Amino acid sequence: MNSKSTCWQCGRAGYELFCSHCGALRAPAADFFELFGMEEQLSLDAGELQRRFYELSRKLHPDLYVRKSEQERQNAVDASALLNDGYRTLRDPVKRAEYVLKRHGFDIGEQRSKDVPPELLEEVFELNMALEEIRGGDESARDQLEAAGERFKTMLGDIDRELQSEFERFDASRESDVLASIRRILNRRRYIQNLVNEVEKETLAANERK
Amino acid sequence: MGLQIDFGHPAKSRVVGIDLGTTNSLVAYMDLTAPKIIPGADGDKLVPSVVSYTESGEILVGNPARNELITHPERTAYSVKRLMGRGRADIEDELKLFPFRIAPGSESVIRLQLGDRTFTPPEISAAVLRQLKQNAEAFFAEPVTQAVITVPAYFNDAQRQATKDAGRIAGLEVLRLVNEPTAASLAYGLDKRQNGIIAVYDLGGGTFDISILRLQDGLFEVLATNGDTHLGGDDIDNLLIRIGLEDIASEWGEDLSANQEAVQLLRRAVIKAKEQLSFTPAAIIDLEYRGKRYRRELTRDVFERIITPIVDRTLGPCRACLADAGVSIDQIDEVVLVGGSTRIPLVRQAVENLFRAKPHTELNPDEVVALGAAVQAGILSGEVENKLLLDVTPLSLGIETMGGVVSKLIHRNSTIPASATETFTTAVDGQRNVLIHVVQGERELAKDCRSLARFDLKDIEPLPAGMARIEVRFLIDANGILNVTAKDLRTGKEQSVDVKPSYGLSDEQVEAMIRESFEKAEEDLTARQVREARLDADTILQATEKAKQNDAWFELTDEERAQIDRAVNELLVVYHSDDHLLIRAKIDQLNSATLRLAENMMNTAVRGALKGTKI
Repeated sequence: MNSKSTCWQCGRAGYELFCSHCGALRAPAADFFELFGMEEQLSLDAGELQRRFYELSRKLHPDLYVRKSEQERQNAVDASALLNDGYRTLRDPVKRAEYVLKRHGFDIGEQRSKDVPPELLEEVFELNMALEEIRGGDESARDQLEAAGERFKTMLGDIDRELQSEFERFDASRESDVLASIRRILNRRRYIQNLVNEVEKETLAANERK
Repeated sequence: MGLQIDFGHPAKSRVVGIDLGTTNSLVAYMDLTAPKIIPGADGDKLVPSVVSYTESGEILVGNPARNELITHPERTAYSVKRLMGRGRADIEDELKLFPFRIAPGSESVIRLQLGDRTFTPPEISAAVLRQLKQNAEAFFAEPVTQAVITVPAYFNDAQRQATKDAGRIAGLEVLRLVNEPTAASLAYGLDKRQNGIIAVYDLGGGTFDISILRLQDGLFEVLATNGDTHLGGDDIDNLLIRIGLEDIASEWGEDLSANQEAVQLLRRAVIKAKEQLSFTPAAIIDLEYRGKRYRRELTRDVFERIITPIVDRTLGPCRACLADAGVSIDQIDEVVLVGGSTRIPLVRQAVENLFRAKPHTELNPDEVVALGAAVQAGILSGEVENKLLLDVTPLSLGIETMGGVVSKLIHRNSTIPASATETFTTAVDGQRNVLIHVVQGERELAKDCRSLARFDLKDIEPLPAGMARIEVRFLIDANGILNVTAKDLRTGKEQSVDVKPSYGLSDEQVEAMIRESFEKAEEDLTARQVREARLDADTILQATEKAKQNDAWFELTDEERAQIDRAVNELLVVYHSDDHLLIRAKIDQLNSATLRLAENMMNTAVRGALKGTKI
């Protein structure tokens, strides 16, 4: 399953995380799905992911390598960091989707466009008005703000359902244009998530003023 | 079997667990299946984290140093943990409450003035660690060089690094820094009972931590942690001291707040009353100073009213921790209390009310962290199997970007080790350096976060702007300490990273301190080994003298008796030398010479016993 590499200890080639010849922990391959020994899937079984995370932690954690050679100790730190980073990424549907997009050559980092999705133009305009009024001391717009917040949260729920069905479509077809569609949905989701955060920040600030 | 039992064989190197506390410190070890505390020479398990530098240049630690707090407050330091990894600007608030004497020139590293010498906080902590190391060495009668040291879960990178530096200065290889609440959960061994979710509430002398963990077949997975590194029993003492000083000012017409001796005596008096109030409904703050007496009765009601704001300050972090862990209160199966301040009934009540569960208090809250550190030491040495800690980083790690805004790379409560990579490039043609500022904290602007380090990516190939590609990897290791490496993606070459910590000691400074303490420790160690060898020599010499009165002595051949006398003489000749190995060699020689004598004595004893037995 893992990429082929040469063992630092015995010099023989192999695929496994632990050298099949001498048992040494090798430098891990930097791929989350490989490390977890799972097929690339957008809909992941969370329980299975957790089980593998615990199982691998019990093999890779630096605590278990304190009395080993410098090289193996470093490999354990690197492998554990990769395992933990991988678990954080794969257990979160949005991060997982972004990771799969990247794996397939989609550029997601620079895609944080400031452009308002056209269907949200009116909503965003009203939200900004309400925020401005509240920050200017006019509390009458608070109900409007809270209602907008609720609407955005509903939208997020809808988007997540849409994502889930696209995830399943990709897992079945593995077609690149499904990924392109997922990327569009993710951008929209990120935009709405930011709006929700804005509303929550203002609500939090209001609570603190009380 | 000779007259002397064997001197013990150097076993495989031991790892001890150390709780380096604000008020007290302890050292513990794994005794077969259970962790145990190692007492000091005076029999006390707790070593007060107090260090005094005497006029004769001696360094006193623990109980002897605590007495100096009254007689020589200007040469004595306590609660130094509050200063670990902090800079001069950080501690303004502390200085109002603690009589720390800060030496001039303490910008990025604080220096404390004790008499005519200055010490950094890691050096003072190292003195405490050295004492614990010696206690352990006396206990095992062998050198101890490896340790697990606990730190508050909410300690930042600089505070952790300072603790690790203290260990190095004390001659200890710090195999792991463990978070105190996590260590406590290990000590309780709750994993033996069940799988579930537990909360650890740790209110110590100077710090507060809350951690939420999931236990799964021996795996301790920290879900989230929160806290306040400047909240603890010290704050309660300071409130009571302020009240006492105000009372005294109005009763005696005298302001004692600048009088260190009086303040220290009052501190003792309020701590005594505070501790008593955990068991009785009222206590008296009783101070005698220069023939005058101050007495004030404090009821538990009044005491609780005074400390409510402090106890309330712990609740916010608890709620934030639950939210970050994604756990609701009714999902918490067990609550564990740690730290001396959790003896206070109001604190217990507050925890019980919040978590709606009766907290565990079976283990002594002063000892539980050290016991857990010993379990972790056992995990590292391989003595303890099937247990593993997965801890988290308490604070987000980020870098400063355009406009002073922080770009977060590793979020708080990420399981460690954790890493992130970021690619940097140049902004102008031919640029050779990129300066990176690493911060820790949750705020949006770098100036509101804790500055960790600045580093320069140097010797970048001169290229048009934006063409260089330097990949920097930020790795938080299992101790919660940041490591940075960089690679030039165009050449694949490892790039040198010169990290300048914003607060703390440079490697060179630590090395110099280690050298200095090593030379001293070397002297100390040799002196101790000679002393111990002489004690053993005394024992065997006395035993031999005594044996000469026994019938068994006369059953030996002339040759055997002569051999023993020769061995005794040779031991006496080397007795006053400074070479402990030589003394040991002569002890061994006498030991084998008396082998037959010992056997004869045993037989005589058995015969005597049989004779006395009526059949």
